[in-house]
Amino acid sequence: MSSKTVNQNAWWLVLPVFIMVAFNALIPLMTVVNYSVQESFGNNEFFWSGTIWFEQLLEDDQFRSSLLRQISFTSIVLFIQVPLGLGIALCMPRKGPWVSVCLVLMALPLLVPWNVVGSMWNIMALPDIGLLGKGLNALGIPFNYTRQPISAWFTVVLMDVWHWTSLVVLLCYAGLVSIPDAYYQAAKVDGAKPWAVFRFIQLPKLKHVLTIAILLRFMDSFMIYTEVIVLTGGGPGSATKFLSIDLVQKALGGFDLGPAAAMSIVYFLIILLTSWLFYTLMMRNEAQ
Amino acid sequence: MDFLSWMAWTWPTAFFFIFIFSSIAAMGVWEYYVPGSDPRHGIFGLDTTRGDRLFITLLGSAFIFLAWLGIFGVPLWGGLIVSLIWAFVVFRWV
Repeated sequence: MSSKTVNQNAWWLVLPVFIMVAFNALIPLMTVVNYSVQESFGNNEFFWSGTIWFEQLLEDDQFRSSLLRQISFTSIVLFIQVPLGLGIALCMPRKGPWVSVCLVLMALPLLVPWNVVGSMWNIMALPDIGLLGKGLNALGIPFNYTRQPISAWFTVVLMDVWHWTSLVVLLCYAGLVSIPDAYYQAAKVDGAKPWAVFRFIQLPKLKHVLTIAILLRFMDSFMIYTEVIVLTGGGPGSATKFLSIDLVQKALGGFDLGPAAAMSIVYFLIILLTSWLFYTLMMRNEAQ
Repeated sequence: MDFLSWMAWTWPTAFFFIFIFSSIAAMGVWEYYVPGSDPRHGIFGLDTTRGDRLFITLLGSAFIFLAWLGIFGVPLWGGLIVSLIWAFVVFRWV
């Protein structure tokens, strides 16, 4: 019998996940790194090109503009979705028959496929027949998302808020219902006001779910592609051409595998750095 | 090796990955023989283990190389020296 008190054999259980990750993440990532330093003219033939694609990318104004647009979009949706989701979760009932109704209603947008979301909002925002577009124009607000960049941005942000705020709501709601009643009873005994309950009980207890919500929303919104390509196609002009759209146009449209691979790597590094910073900063006080 | 041809391997990229995997393996061996114990509170105010420090080193080095390439261009020896200094700083004080 082993004298060890800690058994390390459970690590073998990680092996299937490791193999899966290797095939769906590690091998493609390695391939992208290989492509990023080579030039290909098809037919599976590659020629060494060194760091030239990275140099081109760092001087590329189009890349900088799409990166800036991407950062702006992600910041806007995070600033709207996180407080809104938290607010809705706080308003939702904790007991009674309405709980299921609210949960199902909240989960509905998450069940709609991304390309369908794009089509729905495309039709809804049409200035001549869409409910949103025609309604806004009838109110005297000039709205045409196919011509005005501001209208296009408004529609894309509204679509993302409609689609993904529910995720934040559900995560926050799960966090809220897991807070034991004893905390609320103690707050009542102390005569705490609703704001104090929120600030000193609910918010600290929601820290983990909010971290997950922000991380998920950051990563997803930073990689947004399908909804926007269906809704605006990156237009009008390049007004809603985010990083992923720029990347796909390079990789598939121009079949420029080298430059697209270099762009993917920089894209990946930005997401990795930002996610790590978010996670580390939000979990910073955990151990103290 | 035809089944690998689509991955378009080159020796420099192969060495790059061999280096990363060897670093991770070496960290494992180091941890086995000389356990690094609890996370350390470093100069950035973060609690880091050795693995965290390797991650910070590699991620930071990627950005150092990109910055070097953007500002000074090739060759990248300068970026390598800055990355090695960064690695030393991270493992010593972060």
